[in-house]
Amino acid sequence: MYRGQSGMWSWLLHRVTGVAVLLFLLVHIVDITMLGFGPTIYNNALSVFATPLVRFFSLALIASVLYHSFNGLRILIIDFWPAGAQYQRLFAVLTILLTLAGFISMGYFVLLPVFQGCPGVTCG
Amino acid sequence: MTTTSAPKVQNARANTVQLTVRVKRGAPGAASHWQEYKIEASPLDRFVDVLNNIKWTQDGTLTFRRSCLHGVCGSDSMRINGRNQLACKTLVADLGYKISAEPMLGYPVIRDLVVDMDPFFGKYEKVKPFLINNTPAPATERLQSADQRKRFDAGTKCILCGACTGSCPSVWANPEWVGPAAIVNAHRFIFDSRDEGAAERLQILSDRTGVWRCRTIFNCADVCPREIPVTDLIEDVKRAIIYGEPDIPNT
Repeated sequence: MYRGQSGMWSWLLHRVTGVAVLLFLLVHIVDITMLGFGPTIYNNALSVFATPLVRFFSLALIASVLYHSFNGLRILIIDFWPAGAQYQRLFAVLTILLTLAGFISMGYFVLLPVFQGCPGVTCG
Repeated sequence: MTTTSAPKVQNARANTVQLTVRVKRGAPGAASHWQEYKIEASPLDRFVDVLNNIKWTQDGTLTFRRSCLHGVCGSDSMRINGRNQLACKTLVADLGYKISAEPMLGYPVIRDLVVDMDPFFGKYEKVKPFLINNTPAPATERLQSADQRKRFDAGTKCILCGACTGSCPSVWANPEWVGPAAIVNAHRFIFDSRDEGAAERLQILSDRTGVWRCRTIFNCADVCPREIPVTDLIEDVKRAIIYGEPDIPNT
């Protein structure tokens, strides 16, 4: 393993989260397709997202989308603002902080039904 | 990777330390292997001194490049403790008691720490790293303001050691890619107010093996022994392609 610094880890994480979001998109296409088979089948398919295991994957998805979005902004700034590249380390730290802030607040609501002991769709 | 703390620099001349140096050795047609050497060194020795001592006192077959030994010729760039550095600009005190040395990634290995730099110089030549100016030369010199000179100053410091190109994941993935060092040297002329070849170089750098394979990973800027902000310069060239011309001060 090459001993890179913040820039290399940002790039690697950007790649990994990008692939993760793409994989979710494929799953999402499948679950939305269920809509064509009527409300019962669609609701049954969506209830999978309420199970604790899939809630865990949802957390990973939230983290991936947040990181990929904020790091995408970081790359845009580096590309278009002439002084941007000088602040890439600061932006890498900000990216992680913003991701964590978004992740903790959104993750709370995703996991709330699990904590309340009713992981079904009806618990809301 | 080394996690041991660095030897103390105080009283360094009086005290030597015992180092364990692991070198990744390789020869044409043979699989590479790690070889370990134990050697005494002062914390103020440069890593190239350590390699020289190993070669002169323990193993004459250990092969590595070095020429000026003062950080200017760029011969002894290698991967020390997992990171591209010049062996002559790196002190033992900054490396720890256990040091690893490998040839740089992204280059064909010739033997031990020596890599084939021919493809690297081929990419360098591809960007036309020389002044292009078809206007007849004036009686005195081609004048330039201090601001215009400053615009391309960073790129003039390059010593073509290849550390940046060997640290770039885009180069590891595609050895055909022109790589950071060639772009730095293109930047040096693209942003020179006396040069007239910018359009030609930007054309060369906008193709499939041009600047767009840079993913702003910053390994190049992190390793440059001349502290050139390599990624900044690549981004300058990208913007010059997007906007159609380099951003050079008029006066």
